[in-house]
Parts: sequence; structure tokens; C-alpha cells
Amino acid sequence: MIKNLIVILMTSVLVNNYVLVKFLGICPFLGVSKKINQAAGMGIAVTFVMILATAVTWPIQTFILDKFNLAYMQTIVFILVIATLVQFVEIVLKKYMPSLHSSLGIYLPLITTNCAVLGVTVNNINDGYNFVESMVSSLGCGLGFLIAMVLFAGVRGHMEKCNPPEAFKGLPLTLVAASIVSLAFFGFAGVIDNLFA
Amino acid sequence: MSKLQNFLKGLIRENPVLVLVLGTCPTLAVSTKISNAIGMGLAATAVLICSNIAISALRNVISEKVRIPCYIVLIAGFVTVVSMLLNAYANSLYEALGIYLSLIVVNCIILGRAEMYANKHGVIDSAIDAAGMGLGFTLALIAMALIRETLGSGTFLGYEIPFLAENHISILANAPGGFFVFGCLIALVNKLSKGKAIKKKEFGCANCPSAAVCGKNSCTEEEIK
Repeated sequence: MIKNLIVILMTSVLVNNYVLVKFLGICPFLGVSKKINQAAGMGIAVTFVMILATAVTWPIQTFILDKFNLAYMQTIVFILVIATLVQFVEIVLKKYMPSLHSSLGIYLPLITTNCAVLGVTVNNINDGYNFVESMVSSLGCGLGFLIAMVLFAGVRGHMEKCNPPEAFKGLPLTLVAASIVSLAFFGFAGVIDNLFA
Repeated sequence: MSKLQNFLKGLIRENPVLVLVLGTCPTLAVSTKISNAIGMGLAATAVLICSNIAISALRNVISEKVRIPCYIVLIAGFVTVVSMLLNAYANSLYEALGIYLSLIVVNCIILGRAEMYANKHGVIDSAIDAAGMGLGFTLALIAMALIRETLGSGTFLGYEIPFLAENHISILANAPGGFFVFGCLIALVNKLSKGKAIKKKEFGCANCPSAAVCGKNSCTEEEIK
């Protein structure tokens, strides 16, 4: 049981990294990774929302949609639930935890239409995880997102100093750098099989 | 702007993927095979045309304050219809696209066009705009997939190419190759257009990933460059 959970966690953090391997959540990855503290803030906010969203959508899928044969409504229901949840969390944070709101709050509206959050909730259902497994998997995906963001922010800091050809300035160079960071994560592909064989 | 110009702008000058850099996630994820790229492009185009027509027709009814949730529900509805149709009539494509099909809901191109175009223009103009943008998205996906499939797997639409099949660069078909090819294609567009196509005017903040962090209502001239 515990071993299974560890495998799920490690798989979603390293092997199936949401940003660098599965290409989900590329917009914030490219947009908010210029400074390390912003990247970390975004990563933590995404992790937080992913866990909350899974905690809400998994019971909805299991106890409402599956029970009443409404599985085809999954996309509509999930996106609405996530959008409402993010708004709700923002209001609660603003009222009761202003300090947390001022550090995390600005990232929350961005997350409503983040494909990584919708992706993790749908993936958990598709993979047939139970509630605990789903929670661990979304924690792993969030941590993987955080790690990728922070690592990439570090790489981008160094890129400021280099002088690429005119056409590569800006986004193209960022993408090539992302490709190299992704190559590093690609090396984790066999880790799980060998570690828990 | 004539109807033809309106249609053509989505193909090159305001190409959603290579110039506006919207919808990067599906572009990177499904461009490993040309057949998947065509399928994804057409599915997104269908959703885009439907949602642009609906949003443009309802633009005077939907209240300004709750417009984004309304748009998302409309888009999610159309995505559900398209994915059910694909499941029924093109099941292999449905399996291949997997989760990215339902993620068309959060594709920034669709919400982006709703915000930037459909809620300001008439139904026919919005439909033409959507068709152009959708075709531009499909063409950019095909261009990516052409490079990644022929060089990465040595095949073309599944048929083996004699020399390349034995000497394929398999990293191009994997995740790192996706970023690399995409970066190079954008650089190529930059080079060919010599900065002419790179005008992010009308590029609203609604879908800018850094909108909340920057906290301004519009980008300054310097930031656009």
C-alpha cells in the first residue's frame, strides 16, 4: 500500500512531470518563470489548487456522475467546479488569511484555466485511482510542477546574460532552454522500474 | 478589413501558435504524429467556430461581469459534443488524443478569440475569424508534426520513409524534441517576417499567463517587443 503510494508520488513528480514530459501548464511555465520567487509562488499555488480540486472532483465523479450515468458531463462539471473553487479559495484567503493572500492570491485567478489542474483531475479518474491515490498523485503533480518552475527560473536567470542570434531572442531561446531541462527529466524514465523492481 | 483578409490573418500574420503563442500545450503534446496533429487541429477548429458563433450571437445578452464563466460553460459544452462525436465515429483518434481532447476547454486560443474578437464583432465575422484561426492552428500543428514525425520516427502518416526510417532521431519524437522544434519554428517565423508579424496588439490580458503578476491593464510598447 505504502509502496504503491510512493511509486505514484515518484512517478508523478519525476517520470511523468506535468510540464516537461506531459506538456500541461506550459503557459505559466513560460510566462511566470522569470524570477525564482514568482516561480515558487506560482508552483505552490498550483499544488494547493490541484490538491483541493482533486479532493472535490473525485467524490463528485464517483458519487454523482458515475452513479447517475452522467460521465459525459465530466468536462463541464469539472471546469465549473474548479473555477468556482478557485474563486471561493481566493475570497476565503482574502478574508481570513490576508498575509497568505498577498503572497499566493495574485496567482489564483491564473489557475482557473490552467490545463494542468483540469488535467490532473481528469487523469486521476482515467487512471482509476482511489481517493488516497488520487490525492497523492495530485500532490506529486503539483510538486513536479513546482520543481520544474523553480529549476527553469534558475536556468532563465543565466540566459539573460547570453547573446543569441536576433531571431532566437526571447521566446525561441526560452523554448530551446526548456528542451534541455526536459532532456534532464527524460533521464528519469527508467527510474521507477529499476528502483522498485 | 475585408472578409478574405479577416480569414487570412489567422494563417500567417496573426497565427495563433507561432505568432500569438497561444495553445502551446496541445501543440507540443500531439505533434508527434501528423495524423494526430490534423485530428487535434480540426477538433479545436470545430469547437472554435461553434464557440465564436455562439458567443458573438450572445454578446449583448451575457453580462460583462460573468462573461468568463459563461464562455467556459459554452466552450465546455461544444468540447463535450465534439469528443462524443469523435468517440463514436473516429475512435482511434479519440484514443490517441486522450486527455488533450477534453483539455480543448482550457485551450487559450478559444477563450482568447472569444475575448479578443467574438464579443466585439458580428456573427459572420466571428465565424470567419474562427475558421482562419483554427486553420492557422491546424497548419502550425501539421508543420510541427511533419518535422517531428519524419525526422523523429522516420515515417510519414504512418508509412516508412526509406532512408529516414533506419536513421531516425528519436529524441525529436519525445518531449525534449517538442520544445526544441517549437523554439526553432518560432525563430524561423521571426526571421522570415523580420519582425513584421510580431505585433501583439489586440493581445488582451485575459489570457496572458503573467497578467495577474504584472497587474496592469495593457502591455507597454517595450514589453510587446
